Amino acid sequence: MTRPTPTPETLAHRAHAGTPAAPAVTPVAPTGPIRTSGAGSLVKSLEALGVDVVFGIPGGAILPAYDPLYDSTVRHVLVRHEQGGGHAATGYAQATGRVGVCMATSGPGATNLVTPIADAYMDSVPIVAITGQVAKPAIGTDAFQEADIQGITLPITKHNYLVQTAEEIPRILAEAFHLAATGRPGPVLVDIPKDVLQAETTFSWPPTLDLPGYRPTLHPHGKQIREAARLMTTARRPVLYVGGGVLKAGATEGLRKLAELTGIPVVTTLMARGAFPDSHPQHLGMPGMHGTVAAVYGLQRSDLIVALGARFDDRVTGKLDSFAPGAAIVHADIDPAEIGKNRAADVPIVGDARHVIDELISAIEAIGRGEGGEARTADRTEWWAQLDDLRKRYPLGYDEPVDGTLAPQYVIERLGRIAGPDAIYVAGVGQHQMWASQFVSYEKPYTWLNSGGLGTMGYAVPAAMGAKAGRPDATVWAIDGDGCFQMTNQELATCALEGIPIKVAVINNGNLGMVRQWQTLFYGERYSNTDLGTHKHRIPDFVKLAEALGCVGLRCENAADVDKTIEAAMAINDAPVVVEFVVGKDAMVWPMVAAGTSNDEIMFARGVRPAFDEDDI
Amino acid sequence: MTTHTLSVLVENKPGVLARVSGLFSRRSFNIDSLAVGETENPEVSRITIVVNAEESPLEQVTKQLNKLVNVLKIVELDPGVSVSRELLLVKVRADRTMRSQVLETVNLFRARVVDVAPETLTIEATGTPDKLDALLRDLEPYGIKEMVQSGLVAIGRGSRSITTGSALRAA
Repeated sequence: MTRPTPTPETLAHRAHAGTPAAPAVTPVAPTGPIRTSGAGSLVKSLEALGVDVVFGIPGGAILPAYDPLYDSTVRHVLVRHEQGGGHAATGYAQATGRVGVCMATSGPGATNLVTPIADAYMDSVPIVAITGQVAKPAIGTDAFQEADIQGITLPITKHNYLVQTAEEIPRILAEAFHLAATGRPGPVLVDIPKDVLQAETTFSWPPTLDLPGYRPTLHPHGKQIREAARLMTTARRPVLYVGGGVLKAGATEGLRKLAELTGIPVVTTLMARGAFPDSHPQHLGMPGMHGTVAAVYGLQRSDLIVALGARFDDRVTGKLDSFAPGAAIVHADIDPAEIGKNRAADVPIVGDARHVIDELISAIEAIGRGEGGEARTADRTEWWAQLDDLRKRYPLGYDEPVDGTLAPQYVIERLGRIAGPDAIYVAGVGQHQMWASQFVSYEKPYTWLNSGGLGTMGYAVPAAMGAKAGRPDATVWAIDGDGCFQMTNQELATCALEGIPIKVAVINNGNLGMVRQWQTLFYGERYSNTDLGTHKHRIPDFVKLAEALGCVGLRCENAADVDKTIEAAMAINDAPVVVEFVVGKDAMVWPMVAAGTSNDEIMFARGVRPAFDEDDI
Repeated sequence: MTTHTLSVLVENKPGVLARVSGLFSRRSFNIDSLAVGETENPEVSRITIVVNAEESPLEQVTKQLNKLVNVLKIVELDPGVSVSRELLLVKVRADRTMRSQVLETVNLFRARVVDVAPETLTIEATGTPDKLDALLRDLEPYGIKEMVQSGLVAIGRGSRSITTGSALRAA
């Protein structure tokens, strides 16, 4: 077979269609051979790959790379902790669609990247992590700052490399970017021993990729597409179950066309918020543990689920064997291993979501023209009537806290209104994340970033930093909790010094709120180790902390001040801003499907189960 | 649960075996037997894996293996149309009084004596796992002092080869 050769397209960097700040990839003219060091070859490779920013921290083993980086066109953002660098690369990639890059030294530098790499792996985010390694003769001797980062990251990378010679550097970098960005995207780690960075070599570009075992299937099988199209036409209670793969494939315009062509209701998972406008009348909202009643029951009672770039995660299906018992499954995913992993597929489709959606549209239009005969569009009036009734009776909402404290949902709702649909919202993990997914209205793709699969507390601040670095013209709001914020807020110093003016809303309920909610519901209100003291003792004082980190610090403690505080933060564009919203500790995320239970057991609020017409199931 | 034999062609590069075996353990699949060696193409190694699994988890493990960048091709060998062998080396107690009986068993199984000591014989045998089990059962009464077994290797019958095809580079 012919080996894949790098082209500007495959070399990556396929930016999201329509993201304003993603610069077009300029094809790099063939370069070299040039005599240089391994480190020089690394930096020239990054330049040739069109990398504009690297988030990293130097150290002994990676030090040779930092010398040529000093003169490079590649911007290096000096982060305060490698975990921040990794999440920044992820935020950058999620906001721009380009490969995010982070860099760290050997040993502890590399191990600090483990969490963001695992995070990017779970959410299929294209990042390349470059780590220094001790010199080759020292590998395996427990040398100073030695860690087997290739071994450590085997289960959490799409692929990884331990570079053996300086000559391999351009090829491996090109392969790493190609692997990260194509197929099902994911993190790739390149570990480079110090002596390899120091060795004399020649750099020439472009290299020839050598990946005989890597052949992602992009184009779906025509027969499966026709079968899916037929089912989508004839099903009486269908639902489009849209996952993050639709965003990764840049398929959101096609999705809208497909939805409107078929009239099928749409649900967007936590990873796909923004892939379909929240204001669209066909949008039922988010499915899953904290999804809307209409979305959860829409899937549960459907006769056809068309999964597009979604993976039937346990947070969506609830108890798997009672999930959507009457539904036939069309499952389209670029990763064949996802199909049939959790739920058997009746029509498996392997392919890139963009191609799948485009071909489904063609096939359904062909049916509409009477080609292929028998199919007649089913009458879905009754289905929509049921769904509309659920939407009307069980809308997303919240009660004002009885103790007179500020409702966190209100803060997030107002933030979404004031910052608007063009802002990028980046959440941490926990209650505030769920409220941010529920009460901000997402109208555009790539405006919602969060840690979905791994659930990494501490993701928000550094990921927002990366998003802002990649999309400097966009307003970027991190919506964080007081627990999450204390894990990674040191990157605000980076933001202040590097001119990356993000805005952070710390939703301070004084507690590890989601854990506390579970203690309330499932552990008899025994609040073991969830009170962070951020209310009782005001430790830390978030306003002072923000100021100490070179940011503007604001505080808001009552509903009357919410709008003007947000507006004050919106008016500051020359420095990062931290707004502490002191909110009540007892607010809970509803609706909720308790872990391990069936979606049929969804609770609309504490003690309130939605009433359904059981005859319809 | 049924036994399946997978032939996995991989790039002959450092660390590939760790990627394959690590994948089995982290997706919680048990490997019954594993054997690795170069193929006729020195850039390609062949891993023969015997697993005990239901159809659907087996499909999942095959798909996960296929995602490994260094994996070139996976073929499940049908026992009906393939030849599979293991190698056994076994040290059996065989003093003067028992030696002729042990040798009789060795001949019966078309095994070979590869080392002789005053009190023991070391026997080499190849065959299917069933045949080697039978041999061991027959030798057991004499006293097995030590034994070592290879993983299973297997190859399809007939003239077709799994190492040719679009997935693989020409040697």
